[in-house]
Amino acid sequence: MMTRDTLSMPPRRNLSLGQTIQQSLTMAYRTLLKIRRTPEQLMDVTFQPIIFTLMFTYIFGGAIAGNVQHYLPIIIPGILVQTVITTSIVTGTQLREDMDTGVFDRFKALPIARIAPLAGALLADTIRYLIATVLTISMGYIMGYRPQGGLSHVAMAGLLVIVCAWAISWIFAFFGVIARTASSVQGISMLILFPITFLSNAFVPAETMPHWLQGFVNVNPVSHLVTAVRDLANTGTVNSNLVTSLVGVAVIVAIFAPLTVRAYMRRT
Amino acid sequence: MNNPKTIESRWAVEAKGLVKVFGDNRAVDGVDLLVPKGSIYGVLGPNGAGKTTTIRILATLLRPTAGEARIFDHDIRKEPHLVRQLVGVTGQYASVDESLSATENLIIFSRLLGLSRKDARRRTVELLEEFHLTEAARRPIKKFSGGMRRRLDLAASLIAQPPLIFLDEPTTGLDPLTRSQMWDTIRRLVATGSTVLLTTQYLDEADQLADRIAVIDRGRVVAEGTVDELKSSLGTSSLHLQLQDAALSPIAQQIAEKMLLVDAVFISPEGRMTAPIADAEQVTDLLLAFRQHNIHTASLSVQKPTLDEVFLTITGHGVPDDENDDNALQEMSQ
Ligand SMILES: Nc1ncnc2c1ncn2[C@@H]1O[C@H](COP(=O)(O)OP(=O)(O)OP(=O)(O)O)[C@@H](O)[C@H]1O
Ligand SMILES: [Mg+2]
Repeated sequence: MMTRDTLSMPPRRNLSLGQTIQQSLTMAYRTLLKIRRTPEQLMDVTFQPIIFTLMFTYIFGGAIAGNVQHYLPIIIPGILVQTVITTSIVTGTQLREDMDTGVFDRFKALPIARIAPLAGALLADTIRYLIATVLTISMGYIMGYRPQGGLSHVAMAGLLVIVCAWAISWIFAFFGVIARTASSVQGISMLILFPITFLSNAFVPAETMPHWLQGFVNVNPVSHLVTAVRDLANTGTVNSNLVTSLVGVAVIVAIFAPLTVRAYMRRT
Repeated sequence: MNNPKTIESRWAVEAKGLVKVFGDNRAVDGVDLLVPKGSIYGVLGPNGAGKTTTIRILATLLRPTAGEARIFDHDIRKEPHLVRQLVGVTGQYASVDESLSATENLIIFSRLLGLSRKDARRRTVELLEEFHLTEAARRPIKKFSGGMRRRLDLAASLIAQPPLIFLDEPTTGLDPLTRSQMWDTIRRLVATGSTVLLTTQYLDEADQLADRIAVIDRGRVVAEGTVDELKSSLGTSSLHLQLQDAALSPIAQQIAEKMLLVDAVFISPEGRMTAPIADAEQVTDLLLAFRQHNIHTASLSVQKPTLDEVFLTITGHGVPDDENDDNALQEMSQ
């Protein structure tokens, strides 16, 4: 009988990497099941890309690029980055809500890797970024956006955005773990995200801004990401902005993943 | 556990001087516990006594402010990961995923414990059957009744039957039939080699199940022993008696203490008397003595001791969250 086997199994001191990955995947599966049970969770990633893309393109198109057709190659990558990154805030708020439920007590009491509940939730949320990415690009296509880079480069650009959003979601996960309530996570996150997405070249070329602002816009990592996405999608070229973005991803994860796990373990 | 250098300890839990302070509230204030392997150990106490906090510390869910504890010889601070492999916890409040179904919950916990997909599915079916949840298995837990939730919660703690199982008020909110099923399950766990530490507010439950009991009050262990030991300090049941003339209370108390051989007889100012009795014969003697002294009773009943009386007897104060009781007792003792 199984119980006997389990009892006689000697306790293990450490978890292998394989076990950690398997546990994270199980936790990701759990998040996906929850999304399937409450599909209304996906409202934001469905409507935001559609509404924002329409709104920004028709409001700013004429003023910034002369007409909508010329604006699409500028705005679609910008909107894509802005929308998908904004979506990653939800990871933090949902983690906070989830951690307040009783089931997290059980996760803490189980002999599993401490990172698994966090890694699983973050991994499952990439499905949200995928939905937002596909919808934004499709909206662009419907409105007449024909990226010159071709499908494979557009797909690469989409993947880059998803990876970056995943990395950034570690920052919001950290807020989620340390904050007291889900709404405060939302508040703090918006406060940070709003300036860094708007003070970038996502919607408006940096050259049109006052000199002092250009300084910030040009060092803003979001600008580098937007440029990398534009170059990939519009011309099919890979350049230093892509490298900068990926280095940014590595730095964010290297700092915030351990920080978040530590905070999670300490929170009692 | 199989370290040849040390003699294997006979304790599943050894806790010494556990303290947990929340702000300026000493929720656990120096708890010592020794739980023998293979036994059912009951922890009794009123609301806010620190039972849940103690369990959470032992299950590595909370860090103690001070003190130390070992689970099967593994330090809870130094080897939490090992401790978690040896312990299953069913908390006071359901710790299952509300938006998922019973099956999904059990499969996820099984997979996290390292069972293969096939084994996870098989174990889930077994457990659902054992806890009479098969019919409801596909419904989300949100729609479960309190008792069903409780059973699923216990099932989730037993996936890989751990050597030590903590059950925090396992039968609170269960109907009598489900409660006795739960008792059977607990007995079976011990019969198959596990040790169970459970908390309860019902003396009756501790009486039915536990080999040893610790009574916790205000974060401290105020009494500890086998059920029989505690009972003999308590009387197996208690006598409730209403005097016709409350003015005779002091003399009635003196007589009762002499006849019943205890010094734990309480009489309220209205002449309501409560006393532990070890033997029903004593009641006859007491009533005869009352008759001799011309003390008349208005009503009389013999009841099993309640938790309240455990506290009256052991701590000399009432259940602490009931301030009125407390005051009444203080008045009485003056
Ligand atoms: N996380 C917490 N933060 C602050 N105070 C807490 C916390 N958890 C428990 N307490 C306090 O610690 C004390 C002991 O609580 P605990 O839950 O251990 O009691 P209990 O014996 O389980 O009671 P009950 O029978 O009601 O379940 C209470 O005064 C409670 O308010
Ligand atoms: Mg409790």
